[in-house]
Parts: sequence; structure tokens; C-alpha cells
Amino acid sequence: MKSIPNIWYKVLTVLIVCYVLAYGLLINLPSDVGNLDETIRNLFYHVPMWFGMMLILLAAWINSIMYLVRPSVKRNIYASELTNTGILMGLCGLFTGMFWAYNTWGKAWTNDPKLNGVAAGMAMYAGYWLLQKSVSDPERAARLSAVYNVFVFPLFIALIYVMPKLSQFSIHPGSGESVNFKAYNKTNNMELVFYPAVIGWTLLFVWISEIRSRFQLIKYKKNNEENTVKHIIS
Amino acid sequence: MKKILSSILFLSTFIAAFAQETGQAESLFRQSGKIYVVVGIIVIIFLLIVLYLVRLDRKISKLEENQK
Repeated sequence: MKSIPNIWYKVLTVLIVCYVLAYGLLINLPSDVGNLDETIRNLFYHVPMWFGMMLILLAAWINSIMYLVRPSVKRNIYASELTNTGILMGLCGLFTGMFWAYNTWGKAWTNDPKLNGVAAGMAMYAGYWLLQKSVSDPERAARLSAVYNVFVFPLFIALIYVMPKLSQFSIHPGSGESVNFKAYNKTNNMELVFYPAVIGWTLLFVWISEIRSRFQLIKYKKNNEENTVKHIIS
Repeated sequence: MKKILSSILFLSTFIAAFAQETGQAESLFRQSGKIYVVVGIIVIIFLLIVLYLVRLDRKISKLEENQK
């Protein structure tokens, strides 16, 4: 038992996600969901990817700020690994969204403020990833990517959340004048699955980023040791 | 570890059984009553992925201990 740190949230993750997987498919649906029909169940799988992505990128943003306030290897690794899993979650949301859109709207990509905002936002985060890979001095790379991240996260939220809300027309729920999932929720118990879904999926990806961060820390320490050994020999 | 995993498995079957009792078979989705098989398979796949993550986690812990 000792060999798995923070086991309490990992157990919680497994329990919640199992509950979401089972109940998400079995729960009775409201009858007024229009042409969504059974696909409204995607609310428990597609939507939490985006919510979780925003939460994880927020955590990465906070870590970047903490790195700039007081530089440390740990903060840099946390920020970059959280961003990596955030991008992964975003891609999960993007591809599931395209599949759902193809089956509901007839097109995988509609010309919608929400979708275009996400495309631009993901490109910005691809820039973050490239920035880290392209600077050879690790400390410089850490500092530059932290500064970049501090700017990018608010822009990203503006693009995927604020702009669609302000836009005149959007086919995507939860933005502009379009329908809102809250409209259905009142008559049924979909909230009982939706909120745990957000928590559970987010924790699962937090777990993945924890493993990746610890791996990166081990790698860093090993490199450091080798360098000092070389230094002593030479 | 085994205890936790088996208790999780037990709990997930309990959830499925509970859902079976409360769910009314009105919707198209549950007409044949076999959606539970799909749910079971999805949960099994997820639990195996979790098992993989757990093993990865322990391996990393071992590396951390070696480094100290």
C-alpha cells in the first residue's frame, strides 16, 4: 500500500468513473432533448473532457505563476505535465465532439464560434509545446514557457468560453442564444451523473499527470547526478 | 492492493445491479435488456486500464526509492 502515494484520490477516481460509466449508460433520459435522443448521454463523457481540461490547465497556469515567483524544477515539471495532459483531454473532447457533431449536425466541423475558438486555442497550446522542445537550454525553456503559459491561459478561456457566450449565433449548446443543458436538467436526475463525471474524469487525468511528473523528476535527478559525476571526473 | 481492486469490482457490480432494479425498460436503449452487457464490458476495460496505471505508479515509486 505504501508504494502508491496519494492513494485516496486514486481510489475515489476509480469509484467515481465506474459509477459514471455504468450510470451514464443506464440512467433514464428526459424526453425533451430534441434530435439528440440517446446521444444526450455524451453529456457524461464529452462535456467533462472540456471542463476537466479547463481545470487542469488552470492548475498548470497556477504552477507557471508559482514558477515565475520562485523558480523550482518541481513547479516547471508540474506546469508542463499538467499542460500536456490538458492538451490530451482537449483532444479527447475535440474528437468526441467531432464524432457527435457528425451524427447530430451532419458535419464534423461546423463554422461555429465555439469550435473555431477551440481550434485557435489548441494551436496556441501546440505553440507552448513547441516552445519547450525548441529551446535547448532547460532553464531558459522553463522560464520562456512559463511566461508564455501565463499569457496563453486567459486568452484560451476567452476564446473557448467568453467569446462563444458573447456571439450572436452558435449551434453549440452553452453559448450565445443556443440551448443550454440546464433546460433539461430540471426534470430529471442527469445532474447526479454529470457532476461526478466532471470530478471523476478530471481526477483520472490528474493521476496521469502525477505519474508523468514523477517520472520527469526522476529523469531530472538522474541527469543531474550524471552531470556532477562528469564534472568531478573532468 | 488486491483487496482494494476486488472491492471496487464488487462495488461496480453492485451499481449495475442497483441500476437494473430502478431503470424502467421504456427507452429504446434498454429494450432488449442487454445494455448491461455493454456496461459491464466498458467497466472491465476501464478497470484493466486502471490496473495498468496502478502498476505504472508502483514502478515509478520503486524508481523513486532507488534514487534516494
